Amino acid sequence: MVTAVTNFGRSGLYDWLMQRVTGVVLLCYFGFIGAVLVTHPDISYSEWRSTFEPTWVRIFSVAALLSLAVHAWIGLWSVLTDYVTPRMLGDKANLLRGLATLACAITLFTYLVWGIQIIWGS
Amino acid sequence: MLQVSIYRYNPETDSEPYMQDLEVDTGGKDLMVLDVLELIKAQDSTVAFRRSCREGVCGSDGLNMNGKNGLACISPLSETVKNNKLIVRPLPGLPVVRDLVVDMSLFYQQYEKIEPYLQNDTPAPAIERLQSPQEREKLDGLYECILCACCSSSCPSFWWNPDRFIGPAGLLQAYRFLADSRDTATEERLAKLDDPFSVFRCHGIQNCVAVCPKGLNPTRAIGHIRNMLLQRAT
Ligand code: SF4
Ligand code: SF4
Ligand code: FES
Repeated sequence: MVTAVTNFGRSGLYDWLMQRVTGVVLLCYFGFIGAVLVTHPDISYSEWRSTFEPTWVRIFSVAALLSLAVHAWIGLWSVLTDYVTPRMLGDKANLLRGLATLACAITLFTYLVWGIQIIWGS
Repeated sequence: MLQVSIYRYNPETDSEPYMQDLEVDTGGKDLMVLDVLELIKAQDSTVAFRRSCREGVCGSDGLNMNGKNGLACISPLSETVKNNKLIVRPLPGLPVVRDLVVDMSLFYQQYEKIEPYLQNDTPAPAIERLQSPQEREKLDGLYECILCACCSSSCPSFWWNPDRFIGPAGLLQAYRFLADSRDTATEERLAKLDDPFSVFRCHGIQNCVAVCPKGLNPTRAIGHIRNMLLQRAT
């Protein structure tokens, strides 16, 4: 049996909604980054840096980073509960999936904290 | 002569499944795949497959023919065979009992879970519960399902989690009762579907729509269920 305890939200609907909402935030953010690159084809390092100075860009960046973490978490959890299951891999699968889930959580959390540090650091 | 390759497995004598190659004389006619299987059975009576109505009504002969699920009895060779070769396998993702016969227990368990019968706790009227023509129309495209399992056994999400994902056939039937004006258990039905697996393992790949021999659209029904869950939560 694959248990639902590690899923992000309380219901499938909640996960599904989060996946959609975070997807939209990411789309907007990459649209924004894309627009910056297209309008400044020869962007210098200092210009690039100053793009991220305004508070609203920082908030936007953190929102995108958070969305990325949530989006990845739900997605990876789905993939792991599809493929790393006793049905697919036998008895050891639950332990393996637990470890893989933990690894995903640690990685995402690390990137999240590190990313926020980069965005809000001077 | 039609080249036929057919999946064989007898758990009592074979250590593993294998493909048996045969030649079948179709007399140049555009037979149905089921007719070809019958011709093979006349040559070799050990070949096992299910069939009954031979006209696409009972849903017993769901098979994988040249890579696509369908009912053998209504699949003409002209639409199935490529390069004069017919490849017949059991429905994918389900345990094989023997040759082309699969164990459908998991499929039926999912069907059972959605409680596929009308539930109404109001006192029964003297004759029958009436529906307007408009209310009745909502069941079109839902009630026609013959439970052949062609859809669910072509769905990757059902392959990976057949014990927790209801699958397209079960969800189509779940919606058939959610959409029925005479059914009063809508809330209870929705509450049972709101976990991360039952409905939400559907990723909209639409394999189910591509294979349904009755031309039904489980993906659309799943979308309706999702909307009902969304409305219920807001
Ligand atoms: S929805 Fe179509 S493919 Fe699926 S079980 Fe019903 S009739 Fe068969
Ligand atoms: S649309 Fe959903 S139910 Fe249909 S095959 Fe794809 S994942 Fe399965
Ligand atoms: S034999 Fe009944 S559906 Fe094909």
